[in-house]
Amino acid sequence: MSRDFLNQPDLSLGKKLLHIHWFFVLLLCLTASIGVAMLYSAANGSMSPWASRHASRFAVGLIVMISVAMVDIRIWMRYAYGLYVLTLVLLAFVEISGTIGMGAQRWISFGYFNLQPSELMKIALVLALARYFHGGSIEDVGRPTFLIIPLLMIALPSALVLRQPDLGTALMLIMASGAIFFVAGVRIWKFTVVLLAGISVMPVAWQFLRDYQKQRVLTFLEPESDPLGAGYHIIQSKIALGSGGVLGKGFMQGTQGHLRFLPEMQTDFIFTMLAEEFGMMGGIGLLGLYSLILVYGVVLSLRSRNQFGRLVGLGITATFFLYVFINIAMVMGMIPVVGVPLPLISYGGTALMTLLIGFGLLMSVWVHRDVMIGRRGGDEV
Amino acid sequence: MHRDSERHKLFTRRAVMLAGGQAALLSTLVGRMYYLQVVEADRYRMLADENRISLRLLAPPRGRITDRFGNPVADNQQNYRALLISENTRDLDYTLDMLNQIIAIGPSERKRIIREVKRNRNFVPVTVRKNLNWKDVSRIEVNAPDLPGILIDVGESRHYLYGEEMAHILGYVASVSPGEAKGDPLLELPGFRIGKAGIEKVHDLTLRGTGGSSQVEVNAFGRVIRELDRKDGQPGAEVMLTIDLGLQQMVSKRLSDDSAAAVVMDVQNGDVLAMASTPGFDSNAFNRGLDTAEWKELLHNPKAPLTNKAIAGRYSPGSTFKMVVLLAALERGVISPTTEVFCKGYIELGDAKFHCWKKNGHGNVDAKSAITQSCDVYFYEIAKRTGIDRIAAMANRMGLGEKLGIDLPGERSGLVPTKRWKRGALDASWHQGETLIAGIGQGYLLVTPLQLAVMTARLCNGGMAVKPRLTRAVGGLEVSPGNDGEPTFKSLNLPKANLDLVVEAMSDVVNSPYGTARRSKIDDPRFMMGGKTGTVQVRRISRAERDIGVIKNRDLPWKERDHALFVGFAPVEEPRYAVAVVVEHGGGGSSVAAPIARDILTEAQQRQSARPNKILSDRELKVSETGIDAG
Repeated sequence: MSRDFLNQPDLSLGKKLLHIHWFFVLLLCLTASIGVAMLYSAANGSMSPWASRHASRFAVGLIVMISVAMVDIRIWMRYAYGLYVLTLVLLAFVEISGTIGMGAQRWISFGYFNLQPSELMKIALVLALARYFHGGSIEDVGRPTFLIIPLLMIALPSALVLRQPDLGTALMLIMASGAIFFVAGVRIWKFTVVLLAGISVMPVAWQFLRDYQKQRVLTFLEPESDPLGAGYHIIQSKIALGSGGVLGKGFMQGTQGHLRFLPEMQTDFIFTMLAEEFGMMGGIGLLGLYSLILVYGVVLSLRSRNQFGRLVGLGITATFFLYVFINIAMVMGMIPVVGVPLPLISYGGTALMTLLIGFGLLMSVWVHRDVMIGRRGGDEV
Repeated sequence: MHRDSERHKLFTRRAVMLAGGQAALLSTLVGRMYYLQVVEADRYRMLADENRISLRLLAPPRGRITDRFGNPVADNQQNYRALLISENTRDLDYTLDMLNQIIAIGPSERKRIIREVKRNRNFVPVTVRKNLNWKDVSRIEVNAPDLPGILIDVGESRHYLYGEEMAHILGYVASVSPGEAKGDPLLELPGFRIGKAGIEKVHDLTLRGTGGSSQVEVNAFGRVIRELDRKDGQPGAEVMLTIDLGLQQMVSKRLSDDSAAAVVMDVQNGDVLAMASTPGFDSNAFNRGLDTAEWKELLHNPKAPLTNKAIAGRYSPGSTFKMVVLLAALERGVISPTTEVFCKGYIELGDAKFHCWKKNGHGNVDAKSAITQSCDVYFYEIAKRTGIDRIAAMANRMGLGEKLGIDLPGERSGLVPTKRWKRGALDASWHQGETLIAGIGQGYLLVTPLQLAVMTARLCNGGMAVKPRLTRAVGGLEVSPGNDGEPTFKSLNLPKANLDLVVEAMSDVVNSPYGTARRSKIDDPRFMMGGKTGTVQVRRISRAERDIGVIKNRDLPWKERDHALFVGFAPVEEPRYAVAVVVEHGGGGSSVAAPIARDILTEAQQRQSARPNKILSDRELKVSETGIDAG
């Protein structure tokens, strides 16, 4: 193999397109089309208002994803901190204007879709952390002081998001970062220490939770205590899921969803509807599809010859996993209701766009897998 | 290069560990799914059905009530109301404005409608107007395109065709009160009515039927999506009364000016052909709902319109009791039919004087003439010889002093005193004077008009212990007695000679020139009646009053006037009908009650001979033929 090829400095656009992992894209399309079908069912057999918009958003998102994939991984690395700072500013901006202005507005409107800085931060943080850890040797990572900067990089956006307040997103930021820390080689005992510290500050943190957040946790612990109030979502969701049984009630035959016992079925609770109509088989089928995406995410990341690409790919994959796990665990009553959508299936533009940009980066990592980058950012010579 | 491969190795190791952790977490999701969808599936399936399936009760139509010939006296009337469903209106105000041009909607009513619309979800119908007449209904239907959101709903409400005449027999239906809403889920239906009095109450379960149900699928807001299953209920069964509607109407009309009661019954099978108590009320008013003023008026009216005096009014029987005393004396053997007692206008017992109604006395009277002329002294004497306990026993056999078990609520037993009763109730010993007073049907004695009618029937049906009944058939099946045509009443074991004597004497009361009710004789030889008058003092007559002569009844205040009583039967040969008439504070039995009884018995017999026979049962046919032959 020639060195030129290894560096892939001038891969043509056409070649890059060929390098895209099209089977992975097919998996994404398959998942999104399940989303369209479920949204069609949620609207009682109608493409409007959700299914058709979901399909068109996905199509737009797919173009964005491929565009992102075409951009050289080194360019992403070069702008990683810039993007992070820009997103942080946007986040602070909506936080300030949100408090001054119209209540809890967390997005900036771009016409066709709304930009939610907290969503974008999920990507920007992964990029920034990947760049930071890319620049550190194994020895560096072993030094506790080396970890101060990345911890601050997590803490700033997390604090802003928590203030909104959006517990779900904050947790996702922290946990996805944790995954990056982990694969970057941070010692396992440090995680143990942080975990124990986290548990010990929980009673203090409890004081800082908003009433509705406390309520959600309490409701999670005992949903039947308030069946018509806060516990309603969880109870109805479990009823719908459980009544689906092994094989489900059939497409469009889900009674609980169609009779509107299920709240928010087109967004956060769409998995419940799927599991009601297609039963445990449908639920496991979807989980299988997600697992395949996750496996490919890990495999594609590992194949990269640069640490930045590997970290970005794995960070994106971990974020995707968190979406899947938190949403499904939530609708099945395993964790409190936190408001995380089911990736590629729930109706909602921002999360879909974030995910597809993320997968675009993963594709970029894959397309530019053989690029080798020096620790300081230049081509490894 | 070398360092990066080291990093790569560490990265790969860690990535695999991470993936393993993720796989473990995902498998907990699968485990949870298995728990919810396989282990607990049945429970959640049930909960899901509970969520979405709502059971709605369908009220069955209430059974009709008819008279003995099938003429309806209580049925269900269709009742129209206008409803408004706000989600079907384009503009609530517009619809109400348009409706206002057909049926006037006042500002307060409009406010109520708008308030109710706001309070309910927009698919819930709100009542705009109840009890619409047919004209308004048709005008609303014709203008339906201009009245978006308005619809006409048909309901059923109980209707009494003869609300006033039949009120005390039928009773009425009204809303279920909270304490009653137990057992039958129908009772919890809003607007459901149950029988609260009379036949409506006694046969409530029969008339009510059983509720149907409709299983509907509802969504989370309670909106009905579709009907899944429907079970039609059992409509209430029809109840046929023994009442002859025509006779009933005549009797109520005849009594309507007075506070009075009358009972007409078949002496053979106990069918109550008419039972009236005046003043009455309108059953329909109770169903519709009474306002406070109407209710107070009914409750506080001194003539007690709410009381069915025929079964719950208690009166001293007065001279109508004398047949019982005579039968007791004859059975005891203290007299024979020919034994004579001299009436000098009074009888002395110790220091007390007991007066005959005829101041100058009747002279020598025997059993028959004592009844005919209603000589008090004769009965003082034979009562004294017989003793109160034997008189009481005979009274009980004749149906007095106990409930007869008629199928109406509120029947009272009256009172036939005995020595033992007085000891128990008043803690006093019995005085012989009280036996004398009882001999002319006064004192502690209390009877109901129904008991008097039964007593009369037992006297003239050959001594059978006939019991009254109001229900002839339920759901088309004749109720016993009489399902095989022949009622089976026990014999009272009274000698025929004694009964014949009493019947003859009662015939003479009306038909002999000396009888106290001779002015009420029925001239048509086919319809001749027998009977006995009774006049009961409501107040004590003082010695001073007796000395200056009895004050004319009409000069007394109404409350102090005498009760007028008459018991009678007809025809005199093979009697078929027994009647008892009580007119409260009406005056004399012969002047007031006897003419009423005469008119009632005449009507009853004329109706029978004029009636087309095809609806009558075989037994009735037989009796009616013999009745006509007897004339």
